[in-house]
Amino acid sequence: MDFGLTPDQLEIRELAMKFARNEMMPKAQEFDEKASMPLDILKKAWELGLVNTCIPTEYGGNGFTAIDSMIITESLAYGCMGMNTAIMANDLALLPIVIGGSDEQKKQFLTPFTESYKIAAFCLTEPANGSDAAGIKTTIKEDGDDVVINGNKMWISNAGYADLFVLYGTSDASLKHKGITCVVIEKGTPGIEVGKKEDKMGHRCSDTRAVTFNNVRVPKKNVLGGMNQGWKIAMKTLDHSRPMVASSAVGGAQCAFDHAVKYAKERVQFNVPISQHQAIQFMIADMAMKIEASRLLVHKAAWLLDNGMPNTQLASYSKAFAADSCMQIATDAVQIYGGYGYSKEYPVEKIMRDAKLIQLYEGTSQIQRLVIAKEIFSRS
Amino acid sequence: MNIFVCVKQVPDTETKIVPTGDGTFIETASIKWIMNPYCEFAVEQALLVQAANAGSTVTVVRVGSSKDTEALRTAMAMGADDAFLVEAGDNLDSYMIAKALKGAIEKSGKTPDLILTGKQAIDDDCLQVPQILATMLNLPSVSVVVGYEGSATDITVKREVEGGALEVYGVKLPALIACNKGINTPRYASLPGIMKAKKKPLTTLALADVGVSDADKRVKYSGFTLPPEKPAGKKFDATDAAKMGAVVKEVVGLLRTEAKVL
Ligand SMILES: Cc1cc2nc3c(=O)[nH]c(=O)nc-3n(C[C@H](O)[C@H](O)[C@H](O)COP(=O)(O)OP(=O)(O)OC[C@H]3O[C@@H](n4cnc5c(N)ncnc54)[C@H](O)[C@@H]3O)c2cc1C
Ligand SMILES: Cc1cc2nc3c(=O)[nH]c(=O)nc-3n(C[C@H](O)[C@H](O)[C@H](O)COP(=O)(O)OP(=O)(O)OC[C@H]3O[C@@H](n4cnc5c(N)ncnc54)[C@H](O)[C@@H]3O)c2cc1C
Repeated sequence: MDFGLTPDQLEIRELAMKFARNEMMPKAQEFDEKASMPLDILKKAWELGLVNTCIPTEYGGNGFTAIDSMIITESLAYGCMGMNTAIMANDLALLPIVIGGSDEQKKQFLTPFTESYKIAAFCLTEPANGSDAAGIKTTIKEDGDDVVINGNKMWISNAGYADLFVLYGTSDASLKHKGITCVVIEKGTPGIEVGKKEDKMGHRCSDTRAVTFNNVRVPKKNVLGGMNQGWKIAMKTLDHSRPMVASSAVGGAQCAFDHAVKYAKERVQFNVPISQHQAIQFMIADMAMKIEASRLLVHKAAWLLDNGMPNTQLASYSKAFAADSCMQIATDAVQIYGGYGYSKEYPVEKIMRDAKLIQLYEGTSQIQRLVIAKEIFSRS
Repeated sequence: MNIFVCVKQVPDTETKIVPTGDGTFIETASIKWIMNPYCEFAVEQALLVQAANAGSTVTVVRVGSSKDTEALRTAMAMGADDAFLVEAGDNLDSYMIAKALKGAIEKSGKTPDLILTGKQAIDDDCLQVPQILATMLNLPSVSVVVGYEGSATDITVKREVEGGALEVYGVKLPALIACNKGINTPRYASLPGIMKAKKKPLTTLALADVGVSDADKRVKYSGFTLPPEKPAGKKFDATDAAKMGAVVKEVVGLLRTEAKVL
């Protein structure tokens, strides 16, 4: 048993944290306010190898383990959770190709992402289907050598800039999850209509939009794993992506915590730094425990994955626990800052807004509990 | 060109410095080491010169403990080709360090066309290793350099002097150039760079291999203590207009007699 990071992982973290501190943090507030994608920063992150961590070496990637990618995500989210969403959304979209694609599909779709900075969007959620993903209505119908896609997608990260859309639809809605199919659609394919940018509470610099697919026609060879094989791919994708989203919660929480500790040592009330009031100390202690527990859950979920063991339950533990903890920790950080925490001039207000999303996307905290309970009762 | 860069590893600026129990050095066990920031400018400059002169090599040299080789690994991850480490304690004096660096450069078997260093290390701030090394190698040297251009044989460097003025030097290579902030913007070591650095050659030498012994010691550290804590600031109440004149007089008086800044 070993809880330590390897020398490689320490170096990876070192670089990712340096990038977060020097490049992301100084610009986080500005891009949050402007609500615009920090393309220069994202490109720089790509140049350093911090983007698309899921791409295997055979296709030009860096060959990171799942734990490596968690370390990178945590660090980048420390810098700015919103910018990290723009980076992480690429992985969410590319993972189905890594998991369900043929060698030829991987060469065709993954390798370009290692040659220049490209943006991908993962299209699952619909206006009427979020948590109930198996009930999606977007259709993927076979037509000769092609498939034709029709339907509406909602809340799609990176949509306005995407070079590649990875979309889940159904060949026949009555089949529920057995009809789910996953297809890759390149930018510029006729019939893709990207909606206006959503005006969000947090992660404001990330680009979220509705996307409509009107008779979008792509060759059958763009279907991952064959027709009706999408659900299996989606489930396997979640085993990797949920711990990843959880690790972004750890990064955000750690950042809020570090700010709160520093502030508590500086702010004097009743003639002593507020860090000497037990009420503050208890909040700080709770925050520290939750961060460590979240990180351990993330690392275990990733470790199981790296070792080829089932991790669905741990992936949901980590996602729900880290997201709920992050929300609590960010809220308490604002509390420790007092009135100043409520102002945009201090950093914790933004983290509190950003934290909320982690409880929502990639399966809400309620859905994680459903998954966990289902795993427990199906085995007892 | 054979380009050499001397790099020092220093405690991270966030490190809380604690003298050892016996007061002869600082506690090093819990220190997080980083490459001296001025040495990062030197590495970057070496890589820029290398890129402009095809076929050049960049060799990094460091004297210090082998427990953590952060500075050398970072330099190679940024793009340097190979590295030499002279294993030694972290508390050698400047003369010994310069002599060891000279020995390591000679051991490399390559004759330097250009040696780049930082202008100073941010831990002990001695500001003399570059000059001692240049003297030992009988090379011209310029320090506090903020601008560099030129060919593989002739360069023009700008050096910052008091008051922000610049001195401009034309220098024939080989020479030693000590870099200051402003000369360039150091690149990050990319993740592929970090992976590649692991396969680059790192040669470890002992002090004896480079002809350095205790007899070379010029400076003995007799004690390390933290600077005295700053006394609390003084507040003056000047809200009452009638008393304002007297308060100003008092402040000026104290600035003269106590703070001695006037
Ligand atoms: C900023 C942002 C970015 C996003 N990016 C993407 C993206 O890139 N790609 C993508 O496909 N999607 C994306 N999403 C969508 C996201 O995954 C969904 O919002 C999420 O899955 C929840 O779906 P919903 O919004 O439809 O909520 P609903 O499913 O309508 O849920 C509403 C509430 O009901 C609860 N609930 C639902 N069912 C149950 C149940 N059975 N038991 C108990 N409680 C239940 C939920 O937990 C929630 O609290 C994004 C969302 C946001 C806000
Ligand atoms: C939007 C807004 C509107 C406001 N409007 C008004 C207004 O109209 N008029 C007005 O006068 N004020 C107003 N306030 C100020 C508000 O009442 C103060 O922000 C509040 O009293 C907290 O003080 P503080 O911000 O200085 O935090 P601090 O007093 O510095 O507190 C920081 C943290 O330390 C904790 N703490 C402090 N002392 C102790 C202790 N002894 N034991 C345990 N914990 C302790 C606090 O609970 C808090 O978590 C407003 C504030 C905001 C944000």
